Amino acid sequence: MTTKITDMRTAISAHVHDGDCVVIEGFTACICFAAAHEIIRQGRRELTLCRMTPDLVYEQMIAAGCARKLVFSYLGNPGVGSLHCVRRAVERGVPRALELEEYSHFGMVGRYMAGAARLPFFPVRSYSGTDQPKVNPRIKFVPNPYDGVASEFTHVDSVAVVPPLNPDVAILHAQRADAAGNTQMWGLLGTQKEVAFAAERVIVVVEEIVDSAVIRSDPNRTVFPGLLVDVLVQQPYGAHPSYAQGYYDRDNQFYLQWDAISRDEDATQAWLRDWVHGVDDWEAYLLKLESERPDIWERLAPGEALAQPVNYGAYAQA
Amino acid sequence: MIDYTAAELMIACAARALVGKRVVFVGVGLPNIACNLARRTVAPELQLVYESGVFGARPARLPLSIGDPALVSGATAAVSMPEMFMHYLQGGRIEAAFLGAAQIDRFGNMNTTVVGDYARPHVRLPGSGGACDIAYHAGKVFVIMRLKKRAFVGRLDFRTSAGYLDGRPQQRAEMGLPGGGPQLVVTDKAVFDFESVSGEMRLRSLHPGVTQETVQAQAGWRLRVATDLCVTEAPTAQELSIMREQSQTVLS
Repeated sequence: MTTKITDMRTAISAHVHDGDCVVIEGFTACICFAAAHEIIRQGRRELTLCRMTPDLVYEQMIAAGCARKLVFSYLGNPGVGSLHCVRRAVERGVPRALELEEYSHFGMVGRYMAGAARLPFFPVRSYSGTDQPKVNPRIKFVPNPYDGVASEFTHVDSVAVVPPLNPDVAILHAQRADAAGNTQMWGLLGTQKEVAFAAERVIVVVEEIVDSAVIRSDPNRTVFPGLLVDVLVQQPYGAHPSYAQGYYDRDNQFYLQWDAISRDEDATQAWLRDWVHGVDDWEAYLLKLESERPDIWERLAPGEALAQPVNYGAYAQA
Repeated sequence: MIDYTAAELMIACAARALVGKRVVFVGVGLPNIACNLARRTVAPELQLVYESGVFGARPARLPLSIGDPALVSGATAAVSMPEMFMHYLQGGRIEAAFLGAAQIDRFGNMNTTVVGDYARPHVRLPGSGGACDIAYHAGKVFVIMRLKKRAFVGRLDFRTSAGYLDGRPQQRAEMGLPGGGPQLVVTDKAVFDFESVSGEMRLRSLHPGVTQETVQAQAGWRLRVATDLCVTEAPTAQELSIMREQSQTVLS
């Protein structure tokens, strides 16, 4: 029986191609920086990158020249300020011009929902009276076919709709999965599930690969089944400087330091040389990180906060 | 009388606005502190909701971002973004929300997208995030921002989030926006509310020591002034004590 388990280099090499529409999601949490770095190292080009907030993950890929287009809803360094690399690309075409397709958070959620559910569009009550539709013609308005037979909550003549988003490849970080790729998450779920269902190819990256009995002991925690998953990579700390709930904290110090680095193009390129191009793989990145900050994992280790276990019940034949 | 900073006065004003509220959408920074203060004073049932997917957050530390893991641990519910936006926000459960903006106009419409032309912006701002959706649906929106002429503009460079649109009576309702729109703009010099028919911003109270002329000088249009213009009530000793317990570097 073939296994889905592979290493990051093989996963990226096999499933991420030039020109692909790529989604590395995770709303602040579970963002697979390990995959992003490997994509940069393998020299992928002309990508359409989609995320609600590009975060530093797409900052780094855009600065590395991987992207021709960004589909998004918020260009902030969460909690810190601007995404200077994205701004440089948009305002000055450095390192190269970047096409933008802009929504709101709800619009991006709607796109993933339509993609996951194979709908031609998804209605979101938003955008009326704003300028978003003027600069993004993919946000359209359709008449309410039930107008006149409305409930008290939904008397609208027309509603905004957004098109489906079906990525060529999605890379989703999670706490754990079994060898078949049945994936479990806890914490901020973001849109990991919807993206997994919407994507043509799915790479799952986890902190731990567990026995299937562990997964099957808590079926409510499964976000999507291995049915959707093409390959599975175990990459501990693979989300750094983002985080995996319960495993390690967000590296806020890194996010703050990035602000200073990213303001300067030369400093940004130097950082990429040192930390991405100049290391062989994520293990080497972690070693470098640990050598500069020996107490990093101690500082980022959360305390313990276990959930109360539940009894699903064992229903055997009487 | 106890000394307080402009930020502390803004926090106190924002907290008082939440009287009796049960569900508020929170961002980071001052709104966080204001919501925690409100929960300890005027809104004991207040549930903090973060658009990242947390309902009833009880973080043990002040979050740096809306996706901070501390928001999840000990919260009432951690939900997906589709659930948050469809059922909580669009479903009309969010009674109050805080927004900030780079630019605001006389009808409370806000710009967080670009300064200059969209195609070739002078400054590319973050964009909507949840703001456009929140401005659409939240029961009441409270704006917190510094009063500056480049922010309080006669005309927005880009309308990201809808306030009272063009100032026509009932325009929000006509266009199908279910949320109540902006109620207050809390700044470091004054507090503004909105005239009920046209939705035009109106100077409500001046912070202690601030003159009307100073405020008008920082606005890009001739401000409407409430007939009963008053002085903003300073933060009380109790409010300050609660605020100062929580904050570290945020209050500056």
